[in-house]
Amino acid sequence: MNHDTYSDDYIRSILNGVKSIAMVGASPVEVRPSYFAFKYLVQRGYDMIPVNPGHVGKSLLGRPFVASLADIGHPIDMVDIFRSSAHIMPVVGAALQLDPLPKVIWMQLGARDDDAAAKAEAAGIRVVMNRCPKIEYGRLSSEISWMGVNSRTISAKRAPIPTQGMRLSLNRTSVGGGATAASDRAAKNKSELS
Amino acid sequence: MTDRLPGFSTLAVHAGAQPDPTTGARATPIYQTTSFVFNDADHAASLFGLQAFGNIYTRIGNPTNAVLEERVAALEGGTAALAVASGHAAQVITLQQLLMPGDEFVAARKLYGGSINQFTHSFKSFGWNVVWADTDDVGSFEAALSPRTKAIFIESIANPGGTVTDIEAIAAIARRAGVPLIVDNTLASPYLIKPIDHGADIVVHSLTKFLGGHGNSIGGIIVDAGTFDWSKGNKYPMLSEPRPEYHGIRIQETFGNFAFAIACRVLGLRDLGPALSPFNAFLILTGIETLPLRMQKHCDNAKAVAEYLSGHKAVAAVNYAGLPGDRYNNVARKYCPRGAGAVFTFSLKGGYDAGVKLVSNLKLFSHLANVGDTRSLVIHPASTTHSQLDDAAKVKAGAGPDIVRLSIGIEDRDDLIADLEQALSA
Repeated sequence: MNHDTYSDDYIRSILNGVKSIAMVGASPVEVRPSYFAFKYLVQRGYDMIPVNPGHVGKSLLGRPFVASLADIGHPIDMVDIFRSSAHIMPVVGAALQLDPLPKVIWMQLGARDDDAAAKAEAAGIRVVMNRCPKIEYGRLSSEISWMGVNSRTISAKRAPIPTQGMRLSLNRTSVGGGATAASDRAAKNKSELS
Repeated sequence: MTDRLPGFSTLAVHAGAQPDPTTGARATPIYQTTSFVFNDADHAASLFGLQAFGNIYTRIGNPTNAVLEERVAALEGGTAALAVASGHAAQVITLQQLLMPGDEFVAARKLYGGSINQFTHSFKSFGWNVVWADTDDVGSFEAALSPRTKAIFIESIANPGGTVTDIEAIAAIARRAGVPLIVDNTLASPYLIKPIDHGADIVVHSLTKFLGGHGNSIGGIIVDAGTFDWSKGNKYPMLSEPRPEYHGIRIQETFGNFAFAIACRVLGLRDLGPALSPFNAFLILTGIETLPLRMQKHCDNAKAVAEYLSGHKAVAAVNYAGLPGDRYNNVARKYCPRGAGAVFTFSLKGGYDAGVKLVSNLKLFSHLANVGDTRSLVIHPASTTHSQLDDAAKVKAGAGPDIVRLSIGIEDRDDLIADLEQALSA
């Protein structure tokens, strides 16, 4: 499948479909993007599991760190990888050892490994690369619009007032689908150059 | 699976806005408040630490302004936007993210006179050095580059009018130089030209003009195209390096393809302070809903008036890119096929004196220093908007002593032509 851009329906079905997310590379440092995303996804009602061998024995927002995906010990729906592109393949390898397999492997903003994606897809796993689930959730729910960000969705429906732990409706009308055309082109040029 | 995409006019009405969650109000409410309560201490800390989406204080963000920001971002095809108090504020905040003292930026010489002043004099005291290039000679942009160049700045349709810029040619130079291209799209509006489609990395506007469109509110906006990679080579430390005011957050790493807009908000607007009033944001939003209708009428009227003037015996020359044979007509056909805008200049055979007389004889055209109003406007740039330039610079900026500038409104065109007719023959 094409990983330069994703339709909103693809992202929407993933974010609506998964309940448990193991975040590989989750950091307890409050200024790291992984901490931001972990906290947001907890607030939006996902069952989050922090995976980071450097922090075993500690917990993140009350959820104990595990050293590896194999240590989770129960089925998970999605693996969210907060590692740079060079470190993706071993994590995907470990995810493919899980039984049952996760339904989704998600690589964070800036992370992309097409070979690893192909391996996961061959095993029937859906893949997202170079995106942030916090940004995508905020975008499709339009919560990110508070920041002046183009959600690329419109709606004439009255939305509920978000509260702690509440899942938001992501079923707004899409305007562009995925990223804007220009930012998609720039990302594609960058990945071809690197 | 394909997403069905709404068109420009639908976005002009809907993008960014939805019924108010609390009241169901359908028009965007004016959230005329300085501050917003936090749910609890953790919520407050999350908002201040940029970890949560939400409102703190209207100097940093406001729900009415956010609707305006998303709407303009959607119309321009950008990833995000930041509304500010004026077009000038948009320029200060944009360049503050890009330049350190001693750095340079290359700007087109044909610009709004206020921008020429701001770049030449005010920015000098910040240590930001402007190097001028000639819009009509694309090679001059290349020649103006240096290792300290951090950005290129152009107008899509240049004020005081007539010039349509070859955005793609200059975007190619910016890309090779590894610097962002900033396009002031005020005189075109996204209805006529979408600079991001032609390679712009940042778009700025004076919302005061065609976007607001009714001559009632000052405002500005910065649109992030989401196209520039700020992480390379420590060239843009505001975006790529840990920010001490946010405990070491790196803006690009955290916010990805809308990092520039966030930097403008949390490093620029927050600290420099030129916030847009929510009431102005509301008026401008209401204006944008009719942008496609107004802009087409502005352009159609402008073309009719330009054609009339070019056939008048008292007129020496009309500088309107929408006229066949104009030096910018081919560029205009490429970049703005719907119309070449509604601001243009012409010169009278009688020179300066005839220009002054014309302005005082007009009855329907308002003599004032603005453009992009529903009303038709007239001004003599050499004695007003461009008066701080010396004579040679006035001519280079397209504002020589014999030049009169018109901003054509949405009145009936026959009435506009009749007013010009009586004023020219009086």
